[in-house]
Amino acid sequence: MKRPTRKNLALMLLLVFMLTVVAGCADKKEESQTAPPAAGQELLVGFIYVGPPGDAGWTYAHDQGRKYLEEKLPYVKTIFQESVSEGADAERALNELAQKGCKVIFATSYGFMDSVIQVAPKYPDVVFMHCSGYKRDANVGTYFGRDYQPRYLSGLVAGKMTKSNEIGYVAAYPIPEVIRCINAFTVGVREVNPSATVKVVWTNTWYDPAKEKQAALSLIEDGCDLITQHQDSYAAQQAAEEKGVLAIGCDSDMHPFAPNANLTSPIFNWGDYYVRTVEQVKNGTWKSGDYWGGLEDGIVALAPISDKVPADVKQNVAAQETGLKEKKFDVFKGPVKDQQGNIKIEAGQTMSDQDMLALNWFVEGVVGTIPAQ
Amino acid sequence: MPFHLVRRQESGMGIRIMVPLFSVLLSLLAGAVLLWLYGHSPLIVYESMLKSAFGSYYGFSETLVKAIPLMLAALGISLAFRMKLWNIGAEGQIYMGAFAASGVALAWGQWSAWVLLPAMILAGMLAGALWAYIPGVLRASLQVNETLSSLLLNYVAILWVDYLVLGPWKDPKGLNFPLTPRFTENATLPTWGDSRVHLGLLAALLLAVILWVIMRRSRWGYEIRVIGESWDAARYAGMNISRNIVLVMALSGALAALAGVFEVAGITHRLQHGLSPGYGYSAIIVAWLGRLNPLAIVPVAVLFGGMLVGGYSIQTEGVPVSIALILQGLVLFFLLGGEVFLSHRLARNDKSEVEG
Repeated sequence: MKRPTRKNLALMLLLVFMLTVVAGCADKKEESQTAPPAAGQELLVGFIYVGPPGDAGWTYAHDQGRKYLEEKLPYVKTIFQESVSEGADAERALNELAQKGCKVIFATSYGFMDSVIQVAPKYPDVVFMHCSGYKRDANVGTYFGRDYQPRYLSGLVAGKMTKSNEIGYVAAYPIPEVIRCINAFTVGVREVNPSATVKVVWTNTWYDPAKEKQAALSLIEDGCDLITQHQDSYAAQQAAEEKGVLAIGCDSDMHPFAPNANLTSPIFNWGDYYVRTVEQVKNGTWKSGDYWGGLEDGIVALAPISDKVPADVKQNVAAQETGLKEKKFDVFKGPVKDQQGNIKIEAGQTMSDQDMLALNWFVEGVVGTIPAQ
Repeated sequence: MPFHLVRRQESGMGIRIMVPLFSVLLSLLAGAVLLWLYGHSPLIVYESMLKSAFGSYYGFSETLVKAIPLMLAALGISLAFRMKLWNIGAEGQIYMGAFAASGVALAWGQWSAWVLLPAMILAGMLAGALWAYIPGVLRASLQVNETLSSLLLNYVAILWVDYLVLGPWKDPKGLNFPLTPRFTENATLPTWGDSRVHLGLLAALLLAVILWVIMRRSRWGYEIRVIGESWDAARYAGMNISRNIVLVMALSGALAALAGVFEVAGITHRLQHGLSPGYGYSAIIVAWLGRLNPLAIVPVAVLFGGMLVGGYSIQTEGVPVSIALILQGLVLFFLLGGEVFLSHRLARNDKSEVEG
């Protein structure tokens, strides 16, 4: 009796496969029926992500923006490509989205910059928006948030919460954007705790959870009792959670992934900006330029602060946040010294946007080096 | 089990076509179940995959762009594998080739393209040959396992390139991002029309033919094949095995390195962190599926390139990249798993055996 049962099993498997194919056909029909009738009015918007939307950090924040965009503007349909490496593949992805009919393409990682500049001239009718870069063209604009502002606020928390006075910083690439955030964070830390230092470890990747976690663990071994990061995943937060130390996330609210360790996260809210930009393209009012919005625009913010943080610390953060929003002061206000103790910003002076965008030195209190010039 | 495997007397053309075809079919069916479970329509996804990889001018050009490095690295690998030398170091050899070619391009960018490009190719091939020479010599003289030594050298090569692009060769205007300055026009390969398909394709096709002729028609090719069949027999026939180990490894490395040279000269136009998305490893599969035959490697590389491009492309249908990777893995799994049926067939057990 054994053999016939096996035969039946094989037949059943075959049946399942066939049903699957049939189900596939059925799906197709259904889809075409529910397609929006006003296809001519539809505006296709493309996104290119450096990591997966499930990273719960950088790409997640952009993907939330994409969903918000679809929700707010009914005529918008979005498509995206995730985990596109910053190199040869970015050009392929940009071309593909443009050829699929996207009218606006958001390229959401610094390393896509040259690829955008290469591809954009081939599609003069498509608007390319590159996040965090500085190269523009007739149909290429750039945008970013002043993430150093909430970084500074998170530093105010970190400085008060560290006990060992050693804070670990897991950082991606030594580019100005990351250096700026490290500096802003350190300025915040030292404003409330002048004896604390911030140790930096480079990973040379935006998204590599294993590497990020390893870097965080090595910092904890080294005596850091608070870990923060400029990485796309929450791996460093989890390292802190496991080791029972504190952590500050970034890009998205990472509290759910390290409920005991995580104190807060400097975050991005891209949604409103994506809606504004797509509306401009739709109305024909879009012009190439650079947008660099701060706390007052809501494009950057500090995620809710954990209950572990004392009320007076929270009050101080709130006060500084209001000050930054009302432009009463800047994060980088003189006197600011570099690691060697040289005064880089004189008392009464602030750092210009131009200097911030090319930032290439660490402030006093940072332990670590920027790779040789 | 009511079945057991029996060695085939011979595997004819029919079997050699039917088995891979059936394997692919099965993998597509398995993938369909997966897609269906995830709420995607398998037919739409497969259609979009096929269309974007082979059905449009741009898509096919990108498929070829991916196929070029796969072809070159697989050709190098096939040469070594023919001799049962397990060169797993193609990835590192690609990076070394890219490194040397970039060095020439950055130092002498103003040279005429007619001098500069050949110089980059020579330098790259030499670097790849030297990189593969290390595990070759270690194997020939000290019996060090070349699988491990060639694999470990990959990491050295990748980190060496990382060091250069983060340090001494960093683009001074790149604001610390790990890449070198862009090459001059003279250091870039001509491309076909407005696509990214570059001259490397012709070189790869030419090399495939040359390699095929060498393996089939030359005395040296015969030696390699004999050594691959049996080292003892080859030694008995008076062939110099040690010399051939070193030579084949070096040549294998030079071919793989060419993939790196063309990648920087044809595609990225600069040296950068993460240059190869694992072409050196995928090429092992390509070489294997091409049965180490240089001419068969060409179409297999194109199909593999199409699978990569198609896999990316179905993301716009809402299929996550990880599902696309699983689909690619399924195809390879079934293809490699099906290999056994090329040399064996299923036979029904005798009744007495089963019931007994």
